[in-house]
Amino acid sequence: MANAESYVLAIGTKKGMWLATSPDRSTWSLSGPFFITSEVPSIGIDTRDGRTRIMVGVRSEHWGPTVAHSDDLGATWTEPDHGAITFPEDTEAALERVWQIQPDSAERPGVVWAGCEPISVWKSTDGGEHFELNRGLWDHPHRTEWGAGFGGPAAHSILLDSDEDRVLIAMSTGGVYRSLDAGASWEPRNRGIQADFLPDRYPEFGQCVHKIAADAAGGGRLYAQNHGGVYRSDDDGGTWESIAEGLPADFGFTVLAHPHRSGTAWVIPMHAEEHRIPPEGRLAVHRTHDAGSTWTRLDSGLPDHEYNAVLRDAAWVDTAEPTGVYFGTRSGFVYASADEGETFAEVASHLPDVLCVRAAVLNGAASDASVTGSHG
Amino acid sequence: MAEIKGAANGSSTSSADSAEYSVLLPGVLQPLVGGQSYLTASADGAVTVGRLLDLVTGDYPILARRLRDETGALRRYVNIYVNGDEVRRLDGLKTEVAAGQEILIVQSVAGG
Repeated sequence: MANAESYVLAIGTKKGMWLATSPDRSTWSLSGPFFITSEVPSIGIDTRDGRTRIMVGVRSEHWGPTVAHSDDLGATWTEPDHGAITFPEDTEAALERVWQIQPDSAERPGVVWAGCEPISVWKSTDGGEHFELNRGLWDHPHRTEWGAGFGGPAAHSILLDSDEDRVLIAMSTGGVYRSLDAGASWEPRNRGIQADFLPDRYPEFGQCVHKIAADAAGGGRLYAQNHGGVYRSDDDGGTWESIAEGLPADFGFTVLAHPHRSGTAWVIPMHAEEHRIPPEGRLAVHRTHDAGSTWTRLDSGLPDHEYNAVLRDAAWVDTAEPTGVYFGTRSGFVYASADEGETFAEVASHLPDVLCVRAAVLNGAASDASVTGSHG
Repeated sequence: MAEIKGAANGSSTSSADSAEYSVLLPGVLQPLVGGQSYLTASADGAVTVGRLLDLVTGDYPILARRLRDETGALRRYVNIYVNGDEVRRLDGLKTEVAAGQEILIVQSVAGG
């Protein structure tokens, strides 16, 4: 039987964070704002170890970035005195923004990864309280050629699974990189992904991959929402093929994979690079059940018109069955679906620009609630 | 050798051969130091703004991170005034502070 806080939805915005809780994913109670006036570009919810830890990347325009965590659904927050993420002195770098906070797999409780600006990947073994810089990526020979997307140069996607040695990341701009030795070394995995803003449209690296997600079946099947183009790889990023046919636009920021069912994924297309709004101002989620061969438009419960984008981390899926789908817009509206996108209901409105959302099934609400946030 | 004090509404003393410095904090940062409106430190001879920040934030590492990043650079929208002059127009964090001068930390006009 679900309790009063069976589901939690964390909403990071340009000016603060809100939390929504629900017993059934149809009615939500909103609390907040937390960290008002500071942007919250990243949230990780870790339900391993028998607790619910919410970790947030916070950034004040005045006072800089930091990471805080709460183990009591936002009642209290803790910030390590010397910072959870700080660049070692020899790098001569300073943290600008935490773009991603990603709990590792169920096999490694306490391990949390982070992706940051400047482009860097970090690993914590104490539940996200202190992170260590991944030197393999920081010292990568490609570093000087990586660039910055409009939002800044950042590692924004981290995919992890039960194989401790295998880690995939995506960065803007730079593209997809994979490590098979637990982050000691990294190789680009971008063959087939177009970079239409470069003279060489199919470079080894340099693409502006906006988000990647791993198919539920594993086995190296991945999805990518590129700056322009939606792709699938069946060989762990070795090669990519377009799956954009059937979508109203191939531009967008986010892609989600079903946590349990292979072949099911969601994208939220935006009209072209120069516009970056829902096609014809009609907001819709598009879902595939066949790994991108066909797409179904889903807009039940969504507004008749919306001219704001959904950003790369402003969408998420929970681990329940059926899977919940969540997203927020730059106009500050947040929607939730308890039926895999068939119908949406408004959770929040008129918030600041939504930068990220994360949802979790809290213990006791579903049989598969032990891990969340590792599917991205 | 430096002595660090904090005060919500009082004054502090120093030894005869050292000077005392006060750093005024904006209200938004005061919760990080237990509600104090200013921090004081005493040091032998003149100190730079950077050294003074080291002294007064020694017991308050979160405050230190709010003011400067991990390279030691003053955050872009943090302004520090010495007797009314913003340190970026002087010698930055190397600006020397004399005893009795007012050191004021203010967040700049920024945001939207």
